[in-house]
Amino acid sequence: MKPAAFDYVRCETLDEACEVIAQTGDDARILAGGQSLVAMMNMRLATPAVLVDVMPAPDARKVAAENGTLKIFAAVRQASLLDDPDLTWRNPLLARMLPWVGHPQTRARGTICGSVAHADPSAEIPLALAALDGKVILRRGRKRRSVKATDFFLGMMLTDKADDEMIEAVTFADVQQGTGTGFAEFGRRKGDFAIVACAALVSPMRVRFAVGGVNDTPFVRDWDNLSPQDDAEALNALAWSLDARGDLHATARYRRDLVRHLGAQALKEARSCAV
Amino acid sequence: MRRLTATERHPVRFTLNGKPAEGTAHPRMLLSDFLRGVQGATGTHVGCEHGVCGACTVRIDGAMARSCLTFAVQIEGAEIDTVEALAPAPARLSVLQDAFRKHHALQCGFCTPGILMSLDTLLATESQADAERIRDVLSGHLCRCTGYQPIVAAALDAAQTLREETDNA
Ligand SMILES: Cc1cc2nc3c(=O)[nH]c(=O)nc-3n(C[C@@H](O)[C@H](O)[C@H](O)COP(=O)(O)OP(=O)(O)OC[C@H]3O[C@@H](n4cnc5c(N)ncnc54)[C@H](O)[C@@H]3O)c2cc1C
Ligand code: FES
Ligand code: FES
Repeated sequence: MKPAAFDYVRCETLDEACEVIAQTGDDARILAGGQSLVAMMNMRLATPAVLVDVMPAPDARKVAAENGTLKIFAAVRQASLLDDPDLTWRNPLLARMLPWVGHPQTRARGTICGSVAHADPSAEIPLALAALDGKVILRRGRKRRSVKATDFFLGMMLTDKADDEMIEAVTFADVQQGTGTGFAEFGRRKGDFAIVACAALVSPMRVRFAVGGVNDTPFVRDWDNLSPQDDAEALNALAWSLDARGDLHATARYRRDLVRHLGAQALKEARSCAV
Repeated sequence: MRRLTATERHPVRFTLNGKPAEGTAHPRMLLSDFLRGVQGATGTHVGCEHGVCGACTVRIDGAMARSCLTFAVQIEGAEIDTVEALAPAPARLSVLQDAFRKHHALQCGFCTPGILMSLDTLLATESQADAERIRDVLSGHLCRCTGYQPIVAAALDAAQTLREETDNA
């Protein structure tokens, strides 16, 4: 299986990448880590006429801590963010979830923004973005707009990004001191996409819970003052409210059951480190 | 910005196993095919061509990576290491390769070049890697013959030998 022919454009700056995407529109695709795109091209599920390689652009490799968020630009690889020693205290939830994204061999190439653009319903990074009040910064030429993660994901591999836009960066809100975080996932094999993944953030006033792998987009629910003895009931109601469907990997009932079990694990972990 | 057109072959200059190398490739040529077909370095194997099996794993600028998910034109200026680089001299095996032989960590050998490249990279960067860490890295590879147990044993043995070698150096 080999990809169809395409022109390859090597960009030295983000400006250049934006320019080519804005001019070429739906015939062009950004090439980031290639860990989803090249596989799809090899299977001829994607046949772009132009590939715009953003990875050689030094200004796309930035990670910036600003205004209580972590801003991650288009060419930041998953492994390099995971290696950042500051990540564990700044954003323990992201640090907890990144090792679940594929394998060391795919994280060494795959990017944060690429996973957001790809928008797989089971992917951990979009789930983290939704749970952490994330924003997606989109660029068309020199015009920028910022979209909340919960508005960005529209469906299975479907987002609010237009064909002539690119993701310049994404931002994750820092986890506040005293907020506990937890995560649990089940997949068939280590490194496979999740069948269900659950993330939790517990602060004195609020419990936030996020589920991936069940609905077509990451699902986020906030509870005020949920006490631990009510967790099971809340999770059961939430499991029924989701749009669980059966497929090759799992039945709808099994998915709901995973939400109850993994949800309890994630909440327990988050409560244990909340103050 | 440089645009490489689909219909032409473009020169690619890089470092292969420590030596300068070059060749030409259409943009759509995968690094795995470039290494095997153009460079004649057939040690790298090709299985699934969608990133799942790990047979094609090489080192790109020091990091383990799938050569089937990278285009040859992307490696301009990069340092590529393949399984051919592991043996220190003809007819001599590296510590890791020798441990694979000792522990029967391969049968048909189809998956072996990729696994060796991942584990060699791991042991070079994390000399204290334990069984759990080794399994984590192995999760990116499929082996249909060994059941993985001997591979873990070989990697642990090699890690031990390498630590002793540095201690005694
Ligand atoms: C074996 C294997 C296992 C995996 N397991 C998991 C897993 O468990 N969980 C998981 O979440 N992922 C998993 N993945 C996918 C993950 O590795 C990819 O990194 C991710 O989905 C895409 O990121 P990328 O940088 O490789 O993007 P690419 O593959 O380069 O691009 C993906 C798509 O996004 C677009 N794109 C990329 N960057 C931008 C941008 N800045 N602006 C606009 N569009 C852009 C591309 O045009 C393309 O359409 C796995 C992959 C493999 C091969
Ligand atoms: S051939 Fe590259 S991962 Fe299978
Ligand atoms: S030795 Fe045969 S596939 Fe691993």
